[in-house]
Parts: sequence; C-alpha cells; structure tokens
Amino acid sequence: MAKSDACNKPPLLEISDLHTYFFLEGGPSKAVEGLDLAVPRGKTVGLVGESGCGKSATSLSIMRLIPSPPGKIVRGRIVFDGVDLLSLPPDDMRRVRGREIAMIFQEPMSSLNPVFTVGYQIVEMIRNHEAVAKKEAWARAVDLLRRVRIPAPEQRADEYPHQLSGGMRQRVMIAMALACSPKLLIADEPTTALDVTIQAQIMELFDEIRQGTDMSVLLVTHNLGIVAQTADEVAVMYAGHIVEQAATRPLFASPLHPYTQGLLESIPKTTSTAERLHVISGNVPDPSHKPPGCPFNPRCPKATDRCRSEMPPTVELQPGHIVRCWEASAGRSGN
Amino acid sequence: MAEETQQSLSLSRLALKKLRKHRLAMAGLYVLGLLYLTCFVFSDFIAPYHFDNEGRDLNHMPPSIARIRIFDAEGNTCRPFIYRMSYERDEYYRQVWVEDKTERYPIRLFAKGDEHRLLGFIPTRVRLFGVDQPARFYLFGADVRGRDLFSRIVYGGRISLSIGLAGVAVSFTIGMLVGGVSGYYGGPVDNVVQRICEMVMMIPSFFLLLALRASLPMEMGSVQIYFMLVVIMSFIGWAGMARVVRGMVLSVRSQEYVEAARAIGQSDFKIITHHILPQTLSYAIVSITLSIPGYILGESSLSLLGLGIQDPYASWGNLLSEAMAVVHIQSHPWILLPGVFIFLTVMSFNFLGDGLRDAFDPKSQLVGKEFGKI
Repeated sequence: MAKSDACNKPPLLEISDLHTYFFLEGGPSKAVEGLDLAVPRGKTVGLVGESGCGKSATSLSIMRLIPSPPGKIVRGRIVFDGVDLLSLPPDDMRRVRGREIAMIFQEPMSSLNPVFTVGYQIVEMIRNHEAVAKKEAWARAVDLLRRVRIPAPEQRADEYPHQLSGGMRQRVMIAMALACSPKLLIADEPTTALDVTIQAQIMELFDEIRQGTDMSVLLVTHNLGIVAQTADEVAVMYAGHIVEQAATRPLFASPLHPYTQGLLESIPKTTSTAERLHVISGNVPDPSHKPPGCPFNPRCPKATDRCRSEMPPTVELQPGHIVRCWEASAGRSGN
Repeated sequence: MAEETQQSLSLSRLALKKLRKHRLAMAGLYVLGLLYLTCFVFSDFIAPYHFDNEGRDLNHMPPSIARIRIFDAEGNTCRPFIYRMSYERDEYYRQVWVEDKTERYPIRLFAKGDEHRLLGFIPTRVRLFGVDQPARFYLFGADVRGRDLFSRIVYGGRISLSIGLAGVAVSFTIGMLVGGVSGYYGGPVDNVVQRICEMVMMIPSFFLLLALRASLPMEMGSVQIYFMLVVIMSFIGWAGMARVVRGMVLSVRSQEYVEAARAIGQSDFKIITHHILPQTLSYAIVSITLSIPGYILGESSLSLLGLGIQDPYASWGNLLSEAMAVVHIQSHPWILLPGVFIFLTVMSFNFLGDGLRDAFDPKSQLVGKEFGKI
C-alpha cells in the first residue's frame, strides 16, 4: 500500500522544459535544452551522460547556482515540493540551499575551505539555517561525523581539511550535506576524484544513510556501475536532453535508445574476449553548434532522414519507460 | 629530513622563519617596536616634561645632551650633571647662551617631574630622568616657546604613529569590503565600483587632501582634528586597496569551496568576509605595512602646513613646521630632529614591508643551512 501511495504522490522535484544557456562570444552555448526530469520522494535517480552533456549545468540550475553572467536559465520550471524554485526571491532561495536541497561536489579536495577546521565548517552550515548555540551545533557536527563513519570524530572535527584523506574529506562533505536533513541531495559526481575502494565505501555509506530517511537523491555521474548499484531510476542525458528514462533494472536489461545501448556496450566485460572495447564513434556535439534534428544523429547507427531534420518527441513506450527516439518509438509501435 | 621539516610548518610559521632571516626587516621591526613602546606605553614616563610645559626664557635653548659633564672642576669623574643655562643678547640681538657654574644639577633617574598617570591609571610624578628645578634638562633642546623638544617628540609620536595605524585600519576595511564586493559580484557592479576607484585615484592625492581639509571648518577641537585627518586620508587610501583586493577575489571566487559555500545557502556577505577575504590576507598584511608611511607623511604634511594638529598639541609634522624658515634652521638646527624620527619610522615600515613581502611570497625559497642549497 505504502508503495503505491508514494507513486501517486507528486514527485519531490519536477523539472519541465528547462533551458539553460551560456551566452558566450561565439553565440549561446545550449548546455541544457528542454530537459524534463522528475525525482520521486525517497528515491535515488541517477543522471548519466558523457562529459559535456549538461549534467552539471542541470544540477547547478536546480540550485540556481549557474554562474551568471554568462549563464542563464532561459526557460522552464523547476518545482520542488510544490514551490517553483525559479520564481523564488534570492533570499528565499538561499534558505532552500543547504536546508532543503543539499549538494555534494565532485572535488572533495577543494570544496572545503582550507583555512577552517572541518568541525567549524559543519557548524557554520548548521548555524546558517538554524538558530542553534555554538556548543550544540558542535555536538551535532561531531555526531554527523560519526554518522558518516569517521573514526575519532571528536578529534577529526578539530582538524583542517589538509589533514584528512580524500575519502575522509568526501565523508565530511556528506556530513555537511546531511546536517540539516535535506529533502533532496544532489550528488554531482561524488566519487569521481576517489579511488575505487573508497568509491565503494562512499556509495555504501550513501545507501546506509538513505535507508534511515526519506531523502531523495539525484546522483549525477558518468559511472554506470555506480548507477546500477544505487539508483532506483536512471535518466540518460545527451546534449542537453534526457534521451531515456526508466527504472534501473529495465533500463539496463533492455535499453531502447541507441545511445543508451551504445553506452552499455562500451562497458568492459571480463567475460568478453574481444580485443577492442566497443566505442560510440564521434564526439558529443559542441553545445553551441548542435546538429539539426536529433542531436545524436551523426553518431547513431540507425539514423534516418527524419532523425536529421526533426527532433523526436518524448514518448512513454512502457509504463515508466520514456524514450526520445524516432527509431525506438517506430519499432515499438510497429510491433 | 629537510622536506619533513618544511612540510610540518604552516604558512605563517614559514613566513615568520623567512622574516627572521631578513636583517633589514628585523631591524625595522625592532626600531618600530621601540618607537611604539616609547610613544604609547611609556610616553609620560619617558618624556621628562609635559608637552606643554614652557620654560621661562628658555626659547631655543640648545640641546643639553651636548652639555652633560662627567668631570668636575678638579678633573675628577663624578655623576653626570649639567649647569643651569641662560642667555644674553649680543650687539646683533642674537642669543648667547651661558652656563651658571655656581651650582651643579646632577641628572637623576626616576626624578620627580610633572604629574602624569603611568600606563594611564597610576598617578605619579616619577619620570625616567630629569634634573632638579630650576635647571631644565632639555635632551634635544627647546622649541620657540622654551618647551622640551624631546618630550614633544615623544608625545607627538603618539599622534604621528597612531594616525598611520588608524588611517590604514579605516581605509583597509573599506578597501577590502569594496574590493571584495566588486570582485565577487563582477559584471556591472564591478564596472561601476572600479570606475569610482579610478576617479578617486586620478586626483592628485595631496590636492585632494588640501581640498577636503578646506571643505571642513578650520576651528576644531584636537580630537576632532585627529579623526578628521584619519577620515580624509582614508578617503584617498581605500581605492588602491580595493583594486588589488578585487583582482585577488576574482581568482579566489572560482574556487570550489566558494561554490560549496553558496550551495549550503550562505549569504553573500558571509561568503565574502569568511571565505574570500581571508585568502587575500597575506597580501593585505604586506600592503598595510607598506602604506602606513604614506599616512604618517600625510599627517605630517598637513600639520606642517598648519592644517592638521594644532599647537599646543604636538605631532612630528607640526613640530617640523617651525623648521620651515631657513633662518631658524641655521641658528638652532635641532628643530629638524622630528624629521629624523619621521624618516626612521618610514624607513622601518618600508623595510618591514619588504621583508614581509618576501616572507609571504611562496616563490622566495628559504635558502639556508637547514634547508640546504639546491
């Protein structure tokens, strides 16, 4: 029962028709172009894509942290918990940041200010949003450090970022993000800068933390392995659009979009005897000079004339499985 | 081994270590320490007379320091003493100073002098040195009204030395904030702020000083004058600071922890003051040290022209104003002594600033026995 309830409720975050452009000298660079994405309550959504496809621009747009100028959210709606974030006055938006939506950045090395102790920085975060005495905030900071499994948190709180290892620093960042029990956590490539064993530990920590709360997570990454492990739903992004979105299992089992298929085939497999890895030929198009029609058409093995002239619409081919591709939708409807 | 020691040092410790090796800077530091200690903490104690204590008929008395005797009439060494001085006029109406050799006045340590409060709260009459009345011990001679120049230099240092610090404190607060805001927001804000800075910097500073002074009433209390000097000098000084801080903020702004701070919903003001400006501090320390002399000179120039601190209060600048007439310098050159103190202070600050700049510069390597030559 509870499950169906969650399904019927409106999603925590609903992005529709988001356009984020960067106005550069050589014309506007369309980083995000007509993006639709929903993050249900208590679920983890993985946002996957190559470098430069607009993942980070999307997450920064949600936080309204697009560097402006030159960046600007041109069009679209971002509704978070019933509130349109894009129309919020700056002061109210500031209260949303950190308290309602927290963000973890890619680089734990440089996301902490080197001149303050980590405890102080967590305290700062707490006191930013809640009227708490310093002592109490400090106690909470130590508690948070313990929650993210930092050994000897009382002492670590008193240390500076340079005294901690990369994995520890990322744990501190997570502790900071959790400080005000946000409803949504945006993790922008949280493990990219870490080595594989630490990656696994951090992802385990994510799972553990998520189980205790009904926090939603938007996991932005290019690592399909991590997504397969942790995400409930996956959205695949290409050149500023979501090209395919589905629950994790069906997406990995039967990808519909040629791009997703290509991505999954590119994953090295220990069982394969092939000498060369599969690659998707070509590169992500330059966001200021996108090809007409479907942006994937120059690299798509199944591209037709229609793909080269017309942008395919978003179609829900199966319940909960959305695709943006002429071929896929034609093939299905033909069946 | 060498690397281990180097790694364990924090930036400020490392800078201190480098500073210690800079001989001129250390000399400057000690001179300044001595000057500030003398003029602020112990000024009343060290100065033998109150700054407005006039000696009757002692105008332009020559320095006693040259007339200290350590041999008595028989040629035996004895405790240093002086004779009382008075003058007569010769046929050209010039002062001719004579010593009254009938009575000796030994120089006493911890002599009784004018009343004062030691360290600001202990009422006492004891001063470091002095002689018994009616003789007067004027170490550096007397000014036109027969007041002790040494005492006036010590008291004047309170104004001249503090005005540099006060001026710098005000202008750097403004400069850091304006520069911080300008660099952080960028775009049109930056453009407007920088153009304003340039406008302020464009006007020749001394004329601006004079114009600002002229726009304020001439008759003011001494405290008001002091604050007025601080305000008008800071009004000129903030612009240069704001420009440089802005440049540094531009480079710090793109750091990820600044973005992270925005992502946790911190206010812009707090981000600027907490996360950005501290990064510019090492530059600020150097720049502050190097710009203090400008304020000291500014005060001196205004006071020299009679627009700053007014008699009977002393500052090194208005003490020098007497030396504007060449005739005076010829007949009693000791009135130039306050200039020596200005010179000493300015030089010391410059050396110290130089040393600090080298010390904070990460590219300047420690080359010494401990670290070995490369």
